[in-house]
Formats: sequence, structure tokens, C-alpha cells
Amino acid sequence: MRRPRTAPPPPDAGLSELDAGSSRDAPAGPAARAPRWPRPGLRRLVRRWPWLPILIILFVLVIPALFAPLLSPYDPLRGTLADRLLPPAWLDGGTWSHPLGTDKQGRDILTRVIYGARISLIVSSAAILIGAVLGSTLGLLAGYFGGAVDRVVSWLVDTFMSLPIVLLALVVVAVIGPSFVTIITIISVTIWSSFARQVRGETLSVRESDYVARSRVAGASAARILLRHVLPNVTNTLIVLATLQVGVVILEESSLSFIGAGIPRPQPSWGVMVAEGRDQITTAWWLTFFPGLAILVVVLSLNLLGDWLRDFLDPKLRQQE
Amino acid sequence: MASTRTHDTRHDPRPSPDRPVLEVLDLHTYLFTRWGTTRAVDGVSFQLHAGEMLGIVGESGCGKSMLALSLVRLTPEPAARILGGQVLLEGTDLLSLPESRMRKLRGREISMILQDPHQSLNPVFSIGNQMEEAARVHERDVSRPEARRRAVELLKTVHVPAPERRLASYPHELSGGMKQRVVGAMAMTYRPKVLIADEPTTALDVTIQAQYLKLLRELKEQTGVAIILITHDFGVIAEACDRVAVMYAGRIVEQGPVRDIFDRPRHPYTRALLASRPRRDVAMERLAVIEGQPPSLTDLPLGCRFAPRCPYAVDRCREQYPDPYQVSPAHTAWCWRSEEQPWAPR
Repeated sequence: MRRPRTAPPPPDAGLSELDAGSSRDAPAGPAARAPRWPRPGLRRLVRRWPWLPILIILFVLVIPALFAPLLSPYDPLRGTLADRLLPPAWLDGGTWSHPLGTDKQGRDILTRVIYGARISLIVSSAAILIGAVLGSTLGLLAGYFGGAVDRVVSWLVDTFMSLPIVLLALVVVAVIGPSFVTIITIISVTIWSSFARQVRGETLSVRESDYVARSRVAGASAARILLRHVLPNVTNTLIVLATLQVGVVILEESSLSFIGAGIPRPQPSWGVMVAEGRDQITTAWWLTFFPGLAILVVVLSLNLLGDWLRDFLDPKLRQQE
Repeated sequence: MASTRTHDTRHDPRPSPDRPVLEVLDLHTYLFTRWGTTRAVDGVSFQLHAGEMLGIVGESGCGKSMLALSLVRLTPEPAARILGGQVLLEGTDLLSLPESRMRKLRGREISMILQDPHQSLNPVFSIGNQMEEAARVHERDVSRPEARRRAVELLKTVHVPAPERRLASYPHELSGGMKQRVVGAMAMTYRPKVLIADEPTTALDVTIQAQYLKLLRELKEQTGVAIILITHDFGVIAEACDRVAVMYAGRIVEQGPVRDIFDRPRHPYTRALLASRPRRDVAMERLAVIEGQPPSLTDLPLGCRFAPRCPYAVDRCREQYPDPYQVSPAHTAWCWRSEEQPWAPR
């Protein structure tokens, strides 16, 4: 049963509403059970899930990253030179033992795309974890305390937002050399500011709310208010932002790897693969096409999922339902 | 006549049988903005006894809310500053306490209910969760079941039906009146000595208002809490309060027992406010209005602040701020012409 995502469910929307209604109207008393919220919520969630993006993220990014060695019989780093530059299986000269073909060193493209997912996932989760923790902490403090704290944090945010990431990466890599740690650091440094800015803005509005005022009147400390009232109210935004940022980070990592300032070769990052195949793009297009396609569908799906989450988690849209 | 006037405005000369729970002396809270200094609270003094409900009434912008926030020292930083005076809670001056000690008193000794119940509860947590949280602010070692039991008790005292089930509700599932009851229950968590209710019924509809005021009276009688009820509505005052203080432009212009103020207002402003409320017993085509605007708090007149709008103002009113006039031991008015009755228009 498919419906437009934002439309409110019709009155006959099925069991979920009935469940909620009956348990809520149940007679009072010790035996009356409180409505258990996950059930109606979960059903609605499942019904409106953006299935295609989720499947793509699962099958192109998450599952390959977790189970790479089980999925592929080949070594992503070593090829057999006899099999070099084989086209995908369905073209003339292709073979089903290398479904997406091989590169000029005879490495299986599918295997490398699968292992590339692992790099994308590691880099993006690490960078986003660091960036989100750092950025939202600073954003909370800046938004809540204002004054000098806010001025310093906002100044840092503006500064970091205006840094050209590619130049920064080239300089850092030129000085200390490319590595996993370097690229994760560089990307975290460039994305924390968007978390900080977003969280700061939301904190400003939550700080002015009456429930924060009430809590302050009740004698709660700043730390308690931040953790109990402000953070839970910005969590939705954080989830959405983090999801959208995964796409951004994968793209950044690929771009940096493409120009040689990212994941060191011969690691099979999608960006590295696109860079390596660039010279043969007219003769062996599959070297660049498949990693490029992986980047495209994964980033697109993450953005779609992020947009959907933003709608779904928005309490204003939720209350209309 | 001069003998009935006291020139010291710092002390309420009314004889007090017992020591007041809260005594405010010459409180000054100014707001410093880029448009100038706003004298929001400008020399306010009053007393509050246990089990008493004091109404503070006045127009928007007369400084009532700033007064309330000053009492708990939560005026908006950095614009507002409490410049002088004392807020004595059972003899302790709250204004001289360090912030850490003040925080321990908030909610425990002096508590507050805010205007809009729809905004006073955190939308992302259930009522039970928030009430348990409120119970643990000052006592970290209270167990969850114990906090829950107390929450149910509190909800019973504010007559929330089916309290056990309400704990699982989220704020958006409750009506405004119900939410305000929950907020009231939370404010009473620690049985405070003073409860400040800043326009608690403004966001509720009229029938619910009456119920809520009844509830406040009940709480007062059961727990002996002293309540400051801030409102712009004389009807609310009549319904709930024992005493009333009328505020105009940052100062109290008249205070006394509710009956006295209603029957024998001695300040032209009080009288004008009373005349401008809708009544059933008097036929009227249109409601009476007070001509003009309250003075800008950044640029106050030299003498009586109501003088520019007062139909009875004489030259003296414009030159000198009135000394308090004791109408009766409990009833004070700050008007040069309080003793003349009735007033002759100028």
C-alpha cells in the first residue's frame, strides 16, 4: 500500500490507529496498561520507509563493507596479469569469473568495488563520529551560553567553512603523507563546522523555550538542562545531518583520493579506482564506470534517506498525522 | 494628614503579626539596551505571608514579569541587572547568595509556574519522565520507582484523572488545562514556601481558568505555600487573591486587601483599571478605557508616573513622586490626592 510520504493517513489507516485508540481509551486502574508507543510508530515507519535508497545503501555500502572477504574470492590488491583489462561479463571477451571486468593489473573490479565500500564506510563513520561529537558539543555550548563562547565558536565555524578543503588536504598530505588517519582528520576538520552551526542554531531556539525556563526555575544546572532538554531536542537534526553528511564525506574522500591526497594506493577506494582508470576511459570504461556508479547511487540514496528522515522526524509534520 | 505619610518607602509600615515568608525591599531591576535604560522594576517593596495569595496586577510592560524573574534571579542576562534592594526569603537575602546556593533554593524553596502550558513541557519526553526528572533535580539518590510514586501523588493533588496512565502520555496528548496542572504539580515537587505564578491562566479558556484558580487556592490551603499571582486581569484577582498590589510603570501604586481595593480604590490608576473591566451588574455601551499610553520606561516623568494620563493630576503630581498614604493599616496608596474623596477633576 503506497501513499505520498507527507499525506496524513486516512481514517481507515488500519491496525496502528486502532491499537493506539483502544489502549488509550481503556478504563483507568492498575491493570490498565499504558500505550506502548513503539508499535503504532513502528508500523507507520515500516509502511513509509523509503525502501529503494535503504536497499541500495545496504547492498552497495553496508553489506559489502562488513562481509567483503566472504563475498569475493579475489584479493583486491593482487591481480593475475594474464587476465588484465577484461571487459564486463556481458561484453565480448568478458567472463563470469570477473563479472565487472578487471583492471590493467588484472584485479577484479567487483572485488575492488566491494572492498572500496569498506573504506568509504570506515572513513565516513569515523569522520562523522568525530565531526558530530566535536561540532555538536561546541554548538551546544555556543548556543546555550552565548556571549564570548558563542563569538569564539562562530568565528571558528566561519573560518573552517571558508577553508578550501582540497588545498588543505594537499598541504597536509604533502607534509605528512597520505594515510587513513590523515584523511579522517582532514574530513572531520571540515565537517564539524556544519554540525556546530546547525546545533548552535537549534540550541538558541530551545534555550528560549519555556520548558528550559521552567527547568531553570526548578533549580536545574546548565549541564542538566543541556543534556536533558537541549540535546534530546536537537537529536533529530543530528541524525538527519549525519545521514546527509555520510554522502558528503564519501564524495570528499573520493575526490581527495582521486587527486592523490586521500587513501594511499593501492587501497581500493572508489575515488582511487576512478583516478586509476582515468587514462583508459576510452578503451576500458568499466575501470571508472563501476566505482563511479557506486559513488553516485550511494550518495544519492543517502541524500534521499536524509531528506525522508528530516520529514519523518519533524515533530510538526508528525503531529499532523 | 501629613502625619499619616511615611517618607521611608523601604519598609511597609503595616504591623505584621508574624514574620513574612518573603519580604521584598526596594527592589530595582533595570534593563540596559541599546535604546537606553529601562527601569522595569523601580523600587518595589512588599511582604508575603505563609498561606497568602498576593495578586500583582498591571498592564503589559509595567514590569510584573521582570519582578517575578528578579525574585528567582533569572532575569535575562546580560541586558537585565538587579541594581539594588533585597529579597528576603525567611530572612535570607537571595540577592546576595552565590549562584550555586541560589540554584539549590530554586524549585525547593521558591518555585514558579509560567504562562504558557503548551511551552512549559519538553515535547520529546513523557509526563512521567519529566516529573521523575523534576523530582531528581535536587535529590539525586531518589530511585526511579520512588520518583514515580511521588509523581503519582503530585498528580493526585492537582486532580489529574488517572495519574498512573497520564505518566505515559506525551505533552501533545494533554489539553492545555491538564498540562498546566502537570506544570503546577511539578512546581510543587519540593513543597516550596513561595510559588510564583506568572499569568498561569492567560493561555487557558475561561471555564478552565476558574478551575485552575480554585486549584491554586486549594494548594495554598493544603500546603501553606505563599503564592504570588501575576496577572493583568482583575477578575482573576477577585477570584483567587487575598491581597493585591497594583503595578504601574515599574512601581507599586496601591496595595491592600482585595476587598478594600475593589470597594475603595484610592489611586486613580486602580480605579481606572477597575472601571475598564467588563461587568454584568452595570449596563454599559462600551468599556471604559484609560486614555493614552503607559510612559516609556526609558523616559519616565519626573513626578507621579500616571500623572500624564490622570484626569485628577495637579501640578504637584507632575513635580514630585507621591509618598505612601495609609488608607488603613493594610491598605496603602501612592497618590498625592488619596485622602481627598471623591476626586475633583482638575
